[in-house]
Amino acid sequence: MTAPALETRGLSKSFGALSVASNIDFRLEQGARHALIGPNGAGKTSFVNLVTGALRASGGTIYLNGADITALGQAARVKRGLVRTFQINALFRRLCVLENVTLAVAERNGVGGDLLRPSGRYRAIIDEAYGLLETLGLADQALLPVNALAYGRQRLVEIAVALGLQPKVLLLDEPAAGIPSGESSVIISMIKRLSSDIALLIIEHDMDLVFRLARQITVLVQGRILVEGPPEAIAADPRVRDVYLGERERR
Amino acid sequence: MAAADARAAAIDAFARRHRFRALEAVPWLLALAAYGVFPGYLPLGAQILATILFVLSADLVLGYAGIVTLGHAAFFGTGAYTAGLLAANGWGEPLSGLVAAALIAGLVGFLSGLIILRTTGLALLMQTLVVATTLYEAANKAGRWTGGDDGLSGMVVWPIFGVFRFDMFGRAAYTYSLAVLFLGWLLARQIVHSPFGRSLTGARENTARMHAIGAPVAQRRLIIYTISAGLAGVSGALIAQTTSFVGLTSLSLERSGNALIMLIIGGVGRLYGAFIGVPLFMIAQDRFSKADPVYWYFWLGLLMVAVVIFARGGVLGIFERLWKWPGK
Amino acid sequence: MGGTLAAILSIGFHGLAFAMVLYLISVGLSVTMGLMGFVNLAHGVFAMLGGYVMTGLMNRYGVPFLAALALAAIATALVSIPLERLLYRRFYGGEELDQVLLTMGLIFMSVAGATYLWGPLTQHMEPPHWLAGQVDLGFRSFPAYRSFLILCGGLLVIALWLGLERTRFGAQIRAAVDNLRMAQSVGINTSRLFMLTFALGSGLAGLGGGLGADLLAITPSYALQYLVYFIIVVAVGGLGSIRGPFFAALFIGIADTAFKYWLPGLGAFFIYALTMVLLLWRPQGLFGRA
Repeated sequence: MTAPALETRGLSKSFGALSVASNIDFRLEQGARHALIGPNGAGKTSFVNLVTGALRASGGTIYLNGADITALGQAARVKRGLVRTFQINALFRRLCVLENVTLAVAERNGVGGDLLRPSGRYRAIIDEAYGLLETLGLADQALLPVNALAYGRQRLVEIAVALGLQPKVLLLDEPAAGIPSGESSVIISMIKRLSSDIALLIIEHDMDLVFRLARQITVLVQGRILVEGPPEAIAADPRVRDVYLGERERR
Repeated sequence: MAAADARAAAIDAFARRHRFRALEAVPWLLALAAYGVFPGYLPLGAQILATILFVLSADLVLGYAGIVTLGHAAFFGTGAYTAGLLAANGWGEPLSGLVAAALIAGLVGFLSGLIILRTTGLALLMQTLVVATTLYEAANKAGRWTGGDDGLSGMVVWPIFGVFRFDMFGRAAYTYSLAVLFLGWLLARQIVHSPFGRSLTGARENTARMHAIGAPVAQRRLIIYTISAGLAGVSGALIAQTTSFVGLTSLSLERSGNALIMLIIGGVGRLYGAFIGVPLFMIAQDRFSKADPVYWYFWLGLLMVAVVIFARGGVLGIFERLWKWPGK
Repeated sequence: MGGTLAAILSIGFHGLAFAMVLYLISVGLSVTMGLMGFVNLAHGVFAMLGGYVMTGLMNRYGVPFLAALALAAIATALVSIPLERLLYRRFYGGEELDQVLLTMGLIFMSVAGATYLWGPLTQHMEPPHWLAGQVDLGFRSFPAYRSFLILCGGLLVIALWLGLERTRFGAQIRAAVDNLRMAQSVGINTSRLFMLTFALGSGLAGLGGGLGADLLAITPSYALQYLVYFIIVVAVGGLGSIRGPFFAALFIGIADTAFKYWLPGLGAFFIYALTMVLLLWRPQGLFGRA
């Protein structure tokens, strides 16, 4: 049996008295289409930050393809294929779309630190970045600065940058956040087309999107795993309905 | 077929952004012309050219790496004292003096960068100031070697390549400074357009994203800080060699601050801001500050406040707004 | 042995007096940096202004010492309000480069302005007759003016800290320093709070500049000359902290006095080097948050 793509054992993090992750045992299988859901403040984004190394865990271990990566920094985890997108677009806003992706591809190829060759000489890297834009339907906007694009298009650039890193495990933090629901179908079909070599973890709030994409769902509440299972089981689970219904009533 | 054409066109346009453009020759043609047109101002011209290199080095740190520094004079002064002490103690060969200045200033940049680049923002800003002040005070107190308040004198600088003597009209000084500035500019330009330089710009635009694509941001900041310190050191050494004098002001807050002012007047993060801001500032200073230094400070201060409020981007920024600057 | 003890006592005394001045001037800077996210390099201008107002009132118009001191603080606070409303406020939490250039510009203008108004020479402050000479504390006598400075500074520090703990305004400042967004969401008028805090900090600086006129000489280049001292106090104390700068000022005031006493040839060098070492150990300062 192969090791899971990503696994955490006893992952914990607290800020003083506030615990954002307590003892999380989580498995993301190879090629998974897995969603992590939970009400606001459940610790979903903290979980992503812990796994990617943006936050240091207070306890527990993180494994990537069976190897312990708990002690590695953020950059080293990316080099091993653990990649994320951001809930709110985090792009190089004044640089053009093509350059946003080129920077990522250059880092993956280990030439990001080259001091003396003009970046225009790295044709293969620019080619690859442009190819990604073509796949995502962004090619005609390649030379525009990112901040000239509509928000929904910027969400696609987020994904293009992530794909430029050739992820083995891709954490999508609310990929459709901030765009009108009519437009989210573009994102959803894009995600559906991603290679099955990539293990996907989708962190989501929008249940509709989750049920269209995920084959496995984990529900996180107050930094703990409440329940795990296939979508039908989760939809029928009374505890999950309590959490979500309870939240809706409070609004 | 059309898609393939569009692809080739877009990639070409992107890759070509880093090529030399005709406009970039303008400062050099002007500098060459000035040699013939203003023979009486060559000593000032040499100082301007050397200062451009200093401000250019500050632009690398500030405009590209986004490190706001109030202590860049630390490296300028280190370079100046390195070249000065060599020339005052029997080794007046200028080119090796420049190399030594670059190495020592770069080393100071590297070591201080190791300490202070762990912080960001206001804390970092304060620490750059503390580093420069520490060096200033060290040079002040090491009067036996540096001459302290009186400055370092007794420098004997040998002819360049053993042939070109530094003359009183500043001809050799001007040509020498121009050549060194050109080489420094080539290096800076190369770095800015390299993948490394682009990744620095990326980190300035969005540090969190740069981390998330696996770039060792801290390491790259330290590298550019070191290189910039080395270039600033060369600039200090140039002025030391061409004027045969090094004073404490070469390490002062005033010098660090003036570099920022000249850069903001020209335009930050554009590589050419220094070429506009430095001549404007230094010619105005030469004209007005001798007559009445107090009012020079008043108008300078007022200008700075006005630039910050009304003209972010400096002279180049104004041009950019008038017609779109290609490739920014 | 007796000589060493006397030296230590003397260093402690003069260091304490210096520390009080440093703290009164720097505490406002720390709050401006930490709370408003603004690096006010021109903070020393307010201290200088306090010094000029006080010496001017006393020397030219014969205003009594205590009244002149109070007027210096009030005048500085009043002058700072339009500056805050018109200039500073636009740049809160903005780019550091803008803030640096703006406040450097203000420093330059203050140098020119002070030279124009008061001339290039140092303004001397003659302590009132009741503070001239020495006070005898039984085991030893100390200069009366410095003793008054320490006492006065100490009372102000206590008043400031009590005010922060006990008053509504103090509670608002503490809440805002702790978590600005939270403070806004519970309905604190932060724009007004910033203005009043800025004025309070400037007023304290004016007071410190006036009180310390014989320690930090009142000259046109004051703001530039002592900038590093104020910055170091904040850097060591920790940005935004109110108590941090007090301990930093104590440490720097006493260490600086000691170094200058025992190693006069090295002057201020040690204090800068020591600051570097401290920051190597704690990059965010003694009381700063990472």
